[in-house]
Amino acid sequence: MATAFAEIEPVETEKTVADTAIPQAVSGGKPAEAAAPAVPGKAMAAAAKFARGMMAPVLGIFAFLALWAILAPQVDTSLGALPGPLEVAEQGVALYDEWQASNEAKAEFYAAQDARIAAGTQAIAFNYAGPPTFLDQVFTSLKTVALGFILATLFAVPIGLAAGLSPMFNAAINPLVQIMKPVSPLAWLPIVTMVVSATITSADPMLAKSFVISAIVVMLCSLWPTLINTAVGTASIDKDLLNVGRVLKLGWFAKLTKLVLPSSLPYIFTGMRLSLGVGWMVLIAAEMLAQNPGLGKFVWDEFQNGSSQSLARIMFAVIVIGLIGFLLDRIMMGVEKFASRNRLA
Amino acid sequence: MDRGFGFTRRAAVVALLASVALAGCGSKSDAPSGDAVKAASAVGAVEKPVLKFGFIKLTDMAPLAIAKEKGFFAEEGLNVTLEPQANWKVLLDGVIGGQLDGAHMLAGQPIAATIGYGTKADLIAPLSLDLNGNAITVSNKVWDMVKPDLPKDADGKPRHPISASVLKPVVASFKQRGKPFNMGMVFPVSTHNYELRYWLAAGGLNPGYYTPGDVGGTVGADVQLSVTPPPQMPATLEAGTIEGYCVGEPWNQAAVQKKIGVPIITDDEVWHDNPEKVFGLRKDFAEKYPNTTKAMLRAIIKAQQWLDADGGKNRPEAVKILSQPNYVGADYDVIAASMTGKFTFEPGDTRPAPGFNIFFDKFAGYPYYSDAIWYMTQMRRWGQIPEDHADKWYFDEAKAVYRPDLYLSAAESLVKDGAIPRASVPETDGFRGEQGGFIDGITYDGKQPNAYLAKLKIGLKKGQRVTASGVTGN
Repeated sequence: MATAFAEIEPVETEKTVADTAIPQAVSGGKPAEAAAPAVPGKAMAAAAKFARGMMAPVLGIFAFLALWAILAPQVDTSLGALPGPLEVAEQGVALYDEWQASNEAKAEFYAAQDARIAAGTQAIAFNYAGPPTFLDQVFTSLKTVALGFILATLFAVPIGLAAGLSPMFNAAINPLVQIMKPVSPLAWLPIVTMVVSATITSADPMLAKSFVISAIVVMLCSLWPTLINTAVGTASIDKDLLNVGRVLKLGWFAKLTKLVLPSSLPYIFTGMRLSLGVGWMVLIAAEMLAQNPGLGKFVWDEFQNGSSQSLARIMFAVIVIGLIGFLLDRIMMGVEKFASRNRLA
Repeated sequence: MDRGFGFTRRAAVVALLASVALAGCGSKSDAPSGDAVKAASAVGAVEKPVLKFGFIKLTDMAPLAIAKEKGFFAEEGLNVTLEPQANWKVLLDGVIGGQLDGAHMLAGQPIAATIGYGTKADLIAPLSLDLNGNAITVSNKVWDMVKPDLPKDADGKPRHPISASVLKPVVASFKQRGKPFNMGMVFPVSTHNYELRYWLAAGGLNPGYYTPGDVGGTVGADVQLSVTPPPQMPATLEAGTIEGYCVGEPWNQAAVQKKIGVPIITDDEVWHDNPEKVFGLRKDFAEKYPNTTKAMLRAIIKAQQWLDADGGKNRPEAVKILSQPNYVGADYDVIAASMTGKFTFEPGDTRPAPGFNIFFDKFAGYPYYSDAIWYMTQMRRWGQIPEDHADKWYFDEAKAVYRPDLYLSAAESLVKDGAIPRASVPETDGFRGEQGGFIDGITYDGKQPNAYLAKLKIGLKKGQRVTASGVTGN
């Protein structure tokens, strides 16, 4: 542990604790559950738990919506007053209608195309080339963040393991990690754009350039939490375990799979969870600036439209971005918990 | 999700085609399959049927939107995706980098790329998208300062065109208070930059020179110009960063609608029927895919004709299409305010402007060499071309970028098909001849670029160069 990463460890773990603590408090998580059997007035405890678990968040949301509805109309922009919750919900419905209309147009397009092909006036079948709907943009964003996240994990975990096992290697890469970690995605973007444009030269590449650019920017910005946590987790493995391994004369692969990985897995998953959060935030910024398809582009395009519905549509997108970020975090939290339970068992 | 759907579709269609082919093998007399083979060879002439074009959210991208929505691209066997771009730089990089197969471009962009001002790349402009379509808007504050002194017509409305000389006292009062007078345009090599500069210089205000390699262009400037993407113009004006701007529609009408500014002059009044955007693509694309290039030009020409057909009877439908969020996306009324033969200067001052956007009439689509040369004279005038060049250099560069040969090949095939009238294709050597219609009364002859430069009062003269401290040489 006498490594340079040691100084980062408290920060990262503290953050992790803080991250998990809030949702637990909100949903009346484990501490309350554990305390419940000890209290005699079971019903009262359950009521208190319900109040804390359900009522408080619902009240909070309603208070927020009320404040929003009251304050928004008072802010006057050149696109009209700031939309309240109702207008935003309306635009949500409108976006859904657009999606349905686009599905109909798509079906029509394919039907007409099939007819043309059957009649022999068209030789090649095309994919529908209509404008992407909001839902399409959501899926594009999810796909991009998934690819970026997988790439980040594939890079970060092996490097992190190596850094945790070898203080020498750790010392070598530590300054680089410290310098690269705080770099904003917006700074990476021009470089990545130029490099990817120069590398992918095929006229019809398997993955669209814009997709690769966004995914690589996400990877560059999101690999650090995983890398650092993996290194810390690997370095903090119990020395006794390593000694046992030495006595048993385990090979390095066996040592890795039997001792190192199991004990560092919870750290790795915590790192991955932080990485995914960072990746999602970075992705929206990258899409906005680079005009790569996805939610970020949707927001920017609407801003450029400057129509009377634009603000409401942007706000709807903001809410969806938040919800997806929350869901991704929840999924990773589940995986993380599963990993640590496995290790304890 | 939809991609998966597409693939299964494709698989199904491949199977279908295969079965048709097999059936064809089975019996030679099978009529439908024989037709299919013939059609396949006709459509197969298009080398790259799946295309992606970029555009900026401006009404003059209309020919592209119409070509797609009215099925003109599909008629030519093309499957085109149109993608809005954040700004002109992103769009240019997209075309050069190959993410985009072509784009709605500023006329100056392929020219500047070819002569190596900014990013160097071989781009061509085989078609001009429209004439006119821009205006210069000033903030309410500036308008209130100039309005009382404007000469009025009998109906009490200000007499047009308004010369930039009315801004002189305003600029002087800004200077007195130690504040620069800022105006916005959309790109260093944009039509808007040159039109705004032309208007200011014609009114005796110097818009500043470019030193070699810089894109600021503010050496010796009375009015400082800066770059803002078109859709952000109204917001920037409202924020007070600029006092006015030159931009395409709907962003002047947006200022009227939001009551934050007043269009003071249209570009048609600065230079009558001036050439505007072009359709730009990479030279190697046109060489590699000649049939695809021809097919897309045919589709765009048909769309241009549709836009100007029967005195603009299709314009309301065009406005409706453009107001979709995936195209221009502004409100219907804002777009309609300039697209349907009228132009609103301020509330209560709407004037007829039948020529505000011309897409097809007056040979709007033909890429004249003289248009390209005019842009190059302006690049030289303001220092973007740092050195003098002989007239021949202007001709050679113009011929490398503007490609009437490609336009004619597409247009003449349309004439042969009876899709457009013969009279809509000009018979010309590529030069419009001596042109008037400029606000300062100076005439322009594309065959004498250097003589033209000498006629302009404000601007670089023969042998002059720009350094950070000012203009040197004589």
